[in-house]
Amino acid sequence: MDTDFAQRRRRDLIVAACFAVIAALVPLFVKDVYVQNIMVLTLMYAALSQSWNILSGYCGQISLGHALYFGLGAYTTALLFTKFGVLPWFGMLGGGLISAVIAMALGYPCFRLRGHYFVIATIVIAEIALLLFQNWNWAGAALGIDIPVRHDSWLTFQFTRSKLPYFYFALVLACVAWLVTWWLEDSKWGYWWRAVKDNPDAAESLGVVVFNSKMGAAAVSAFLTAVGGGFYAQFVSYIDPESVIGFQFSLLMALPAVVGGIGTLWGPVLGAVILIPLTELTRSFIGGSGRGVDLIVYGTLIVAISLARPEGLVGLFARRRKETAR
Amino acid sequence: MTAATIIQSLASGLLMGLLYGLIAVGLALIFGLMDVVNFAHGEFLMIAMYATFFLFAFFAIDPLLAAPLVAAALFVFGAVVYLLIVRFAVRAKANAGMVQIFSTFGLAIVMRGLAQFFFTPDYRSVTHSWLGGKTISISGIFLPVPQLVGALVSIAAFGALYFFINRTDFGRALEATREDAGAVALVGIDKNKVFALGWGLGAALVGLAGAVMAMFFYIYPDVGASFALIAYVTVALGGFGSVFGAFAGGIIVGLVEASTALILPPSLKSVGIYAVYLLVVFIRPRGLFGSI
Repeated sequence: MDTDFAQRRRRDLIVAACFAVIAALVPLFVKDVYVQNIMVLTLMYAALSQSWNILSGYCGQISLGHALYFGLGAYTTALLFTKFGVLPWFGMLGGGLISAVIAMALGYPCFRLRGHYFVIATIVIAEIALLLFQNWNWAGAALGIDIPVRHDSWLTFQFTRSKLPYFYFALVLACVAWLVTWWLEDSKWGYWWRAVKDNPDAAESLGVVVFNSKMGAAAVSAFLTAVGGGFYAQFVSYIDPESVIGFQFSLLMALPAVVGGIGTLWGPVLGAVILIPLTELTRSFIGGSGRGVDLIVYGTLIVAISLARPEGLVGLFARRRKETAR
Repeated sequence: MTAATIIQSLASGLLMGLLYGLIAVGLALIFGLMDVVNFAHGEFLMIAMYATFFLFAFFAIDPLLAAPLVAAALFVFGAVVYLLIVRFAVRAKANAGMVQIFSTFGLAIVMRGLAQFFFTPDYRSVTHSWLGGKTISISGIFLPVPQLVGALVSIAAFGALYFFINRTDFGRALEATREDAGAVALVGIDKNKVFALGWGLGAALVGLAGAVMAMFFYIYPDVGASFALIAYVTVALGGFGSVFGAFAGGIIVGLVEASTALILPPSLKSVGIYAVYLLVVFIRPRGLFGSI
């Protein structure tokens, strides 16, 4: 068993490296800006969903308020840059740290809650932050922040002529989120989280400090999500409260993991690769003309997948793998 | 701020709160019955409001008369949603919680898309109804008649529901299925039939709320979203598993919202509701009257 697991982990790492190299080469052949844009978003959602998966998938604490951390990352980066001229690199890092601290501060009272009480608490806290940002004049209130674009530079992480730098940064982000998950899966934290998810009372009696496990998961998850938010602010160079902290966004962030396979290493990546291009394509090809047809297609897909494949699409691959192994 | 303004806004808050209770009770009923949170609850409200609007626009039926029709239509709709979607969602062996959330959330997106497609994103309203725009004054406090009637409808609905759950055979079947669905099957009660009727009843209640709301609120495809969030908070505040917790929760939410609007800018009035929810569950992790 153990060697099987070690083998699987090694194979996962090799497969991931191959995917990363192939992904890095794609822009050499795909020059279309529209397609490149979709690729950036796909990688960003893969990274975000992977981060969300750490707290909600592995540790089982379903958060539908992760837009809070995304928004904090985006706002920290944008505010530091526009108000104080702090480079976005420090902004992303700072946003990540602020989010991790806030996640633990909120986790302190919230992790006592279970089930739907916890889920609703996460929604409500993000909603409070949304309302506060909408009324915070210094931070642009409901209109948000327009990030002035000076010139193309890695220093200020702004590029107007090419999407490629964003693409590579998003790729790195997705790889880091994946690697962190891969590493945590086989660390003591990974085992604690799964124990907490399966049965918190049993885990506690076996010596797992449930509360600390949840806090650790929340901090890592919030940090990575916030870095994604900082990236997004630079990428679109305009943010407003509704689009970065809104409830809708919390759900969109969770969706790839749910569709691909919640609490699995490959689920978020698979889900993002399927969902994001599909969303963008339906939006641009039938969304404009059909008034809401994109929503109908998207919603139907979510219902169909969650009913037909509750363990996520990643289960399709696992089954095939088992068969070939036999 | 004078005493009169405070009393005035608390009175409107109370009326709104009773309506929040009516919106939330269907959600609480369904949750209490089978531990499922319907993330399309707001969209149920939305189609009820549209149904009321179209009955008014095409057949000149007043919302007050339309209410029973809309409730009946929503009853059928709720039962169908259970039979076509939720029945399968609760069977999921893996990730049961997420499957319930996202299958009903997916339904919500589809319903919003369909509303945009067929009804366009335009804001609509029932321009004139028997009660619309009327107010009455009780010793200096002005109360809008549609909201007042809505509050009365809410009280009547809760009364009827109380009678129904405690005094009828179906109510007893509902309670029994809730406690032990397996044992109920042994005595010959079809679990699916009870659940379908439960979903129908929950949807009918939100249908009633939608018909009342249509008298004084704009109708558009996304209208359900904000009320749904308040409904979740209302149910959780009262405590999951307690239908009458939703009634109390609604009143509290309405009063808190009105008091917050007195202190903070109106755009922040929901902050008070959310803060009170957090405060309550931090002290009582199962809500005020919850059992689960």
